[in-house]
Amino acid sequence: MFYRRAGIRHTSYRSERRLWPLPFDRGLVAAVVVLLLVAPLVVERLYLIGYLMPWIIWSTAALGLNFLMGGAGQIHLGYGAIIAIGAYASTHLARAGVPFEIAALGGGLASAVIGSAFGATALRVKGLYLAMATLAMQSVVDFLITHVPWISGGGQATLTVPPARFLGADLRVDLAAYYVALSVCAVVTLFVLNVGRSSFGRALAAVREKDYAAAVIGVDPFRYKLLAFWVSSFIGGVAGAVLAFCYYRAISPDQFHLDLSIQLVAMVIVGGLGSVLGPFFGAALILFAPILLNQAVGALAAAFGLGISADLRAHLPLVLYGALIMGFLLAEPLGLAKIYDNVRKYFLVWPFRHAPR
Amino acid sequence: MDSALLLELSINGACTGMMYALVAAGIVLIYKTSGVANLAQGALAMTGAYVAWIASTLVGLPMWIGAPLAALVMFGVGALIERLAMRRMIGQPLIMAIMLTMGLEIMLRGVMPGLLGGTVKKIDIGIPNAPIIAGDILINRTLLIGGGVSFAMIVASILFFNSRLGVVMRAVSDDQTASWSVGIRVERAIAVAWGLSAVMATTAGLLWGATQGVDWSLSLLLVKALAIAILGGLDSLPGVLIAGVAVGVIESLATGIIDPVIGGGSREVVASAIILATLLVRPHGLLGREHIERV
Repeated sequence: MFYRRAGIRHTSYRSERRLWPLPFDRGLVAAVVVLLLVAPLVVERLYLIGYLMPWIIWSTAALGLNFLMGGAGQIHLGYGAIIAIGAYASTHLARAGVPFEIAALGGGLASAVIGSAFGATALRVKGLYLAMATLAMQSVVDFLITHVPWISGGGQATLTVPPARFLGADLRVDLAAYYVALSVCAVVTLFVLNVGRSSFGRALAAVREKDYAAAVIGVDPFRYKLLAFWVSSFIGGVAGAVLAFCYYRAISPDQFHLDLSIQLVAMVIVGGLGSVLGPFFGAALILFAPILLNQAVGALAAAFGLGISADLRAHLPLVLYGALIMGFLLAEPLGLAKIYDNVRKYFLVWPFRHAPR
Repeated sequence: MDSALLLELSINGACTGMMYALVAAGIVLIYKTSGVANLAQGALAMTGAYVAWIASTLVGLPMWIGAPLAALVMFGVGALIERLAMRRMIGQPLIMAIMLTMGLEIMLRGVMPGLLGGTVKKIDIGIPNAPIIAGDILINRTLLIGGGVSFAMIVASILFFNSRLGVVMRAVSDDQTASWSVGIRVERAIAVAWGLSAVMATTAGLLWGATQGVDWSLSLLLVKALAIAILGGLDSLPGVLIAGVAVGVIESLATGIIDPVIGGGSREVVASAIILATLLVRPHGLLGREHIERV
């Protein structure tokens, strides 16, 4: 029905290998893009700042993490530290007078260099040990940022982001900030989509499935793992710069603690490991589910006169993250993206149950 | 820097390290049998302490009944986690099983303080606060007793591997498929390992709860425990003893000597630095078996 395949004939390899071979998919993507472009002109400022912006920026970051975890199969529990490095490096560059366009790339580069330096040490080990190494990296970076006054501005200080312009547009204006975040997200999405079709992407997939087997067929696992760390950290760093300049506008170390890493890992797993669509779904669920749940609990408590303690409501997000991670791993390990894929597959051949042979 | 202060820091550090090591021993126990690192061990310690607090304060049982009761309940919780969650991860990529324990950690960290309130709970296991004074040295009595209990439990768990059930668990850790083929119930051995490590976590949670009170921060024991487990070798219980003392002493010396220079906070980073250094120099740890992989 929706995703009609009947009558679509590819007459060249080029047309068959497009990103979205089905017209309906192309239409859907175009519709979503148009919606996102129009949204800030239509919705209220509260929804733009409170919902759309964080969703887009967190999705960008989750795409970067998913590139590493789903694409190359390397577990990373310290992605919040990568984002922190990007945010702090770009802010310091901008304070030194570097324009935002270069400062953001500089933030990405700083993250990529430090992230893959940690990656290089961590890649001597894998799986389990890699998880611990990245966990350790998170706390080392946290410690350095907090305790080196030159980076954090001292103690519990908040570092204000200087006014910046992107191609002439003032980033202090919410509309401009939104479009910058959106275009960064679009570039990252297109990059991740296309990597999957390149030899780089196929090499990463080989390393993900079994690194020794990849070595046997001539793919250097260490090189590709390191490259994956580099690319993923770069994306994280740029996302950090966008986060600092377009959203927070004043950064402090506690915005980038382990909680951020956990949030991002939850987004990747709930959304779907290795899927490009997944991080968008995952970011939406992880960001908004606690808000909705909290409102629902509040409304229920008011309606039935139940006294629900402030402690319980404060801890609900944590319970929800944990429950979502566990629930998805047990019930649908490939996440929300797989659920969407199942629906799509169903409608590909609707009204039949399966494609005729 | 006089030698008395150094000695005092070292002794108290070694005791603290032993108490960390009790949490690490649980991680090692699970890793040995099932090959999964349990990232929820810190949260299990916290949960155990909360359960003991419920038994002693809410229900009003004396501690000598409440503590074993908490251990018993937590044995069930551990076995239940294996039965309901971990068993379904067999055959899945390792990353899934690790993330599952991480999810458990996050959830427990929300559930227990959420239901019981976030304020620090006091539990009293009957150790007087007054320090032991030996010459110029002050030794924290709680730490000393806690370290002794932890040491005894870890030694007991090493001896346990010589019993019949222990031999079964050694067989499982050696080769799961081979154990299956000679009729060993692998799942049950893993469930027992989860139960036992939950009991260890509960004991550690109680001891730490007695020193610093029970709240969510008990789950931060995880990082120290991971440092000890990795330094000692993830599949070696004797390694945990050595590494526990090492990590405790290093941490205590760092807090005593470096903190005045840089203005605090080095306690948090010592464990992470040890993890990174171990992975860099000797990934399989001091006494761990080097892992050889086949395609």
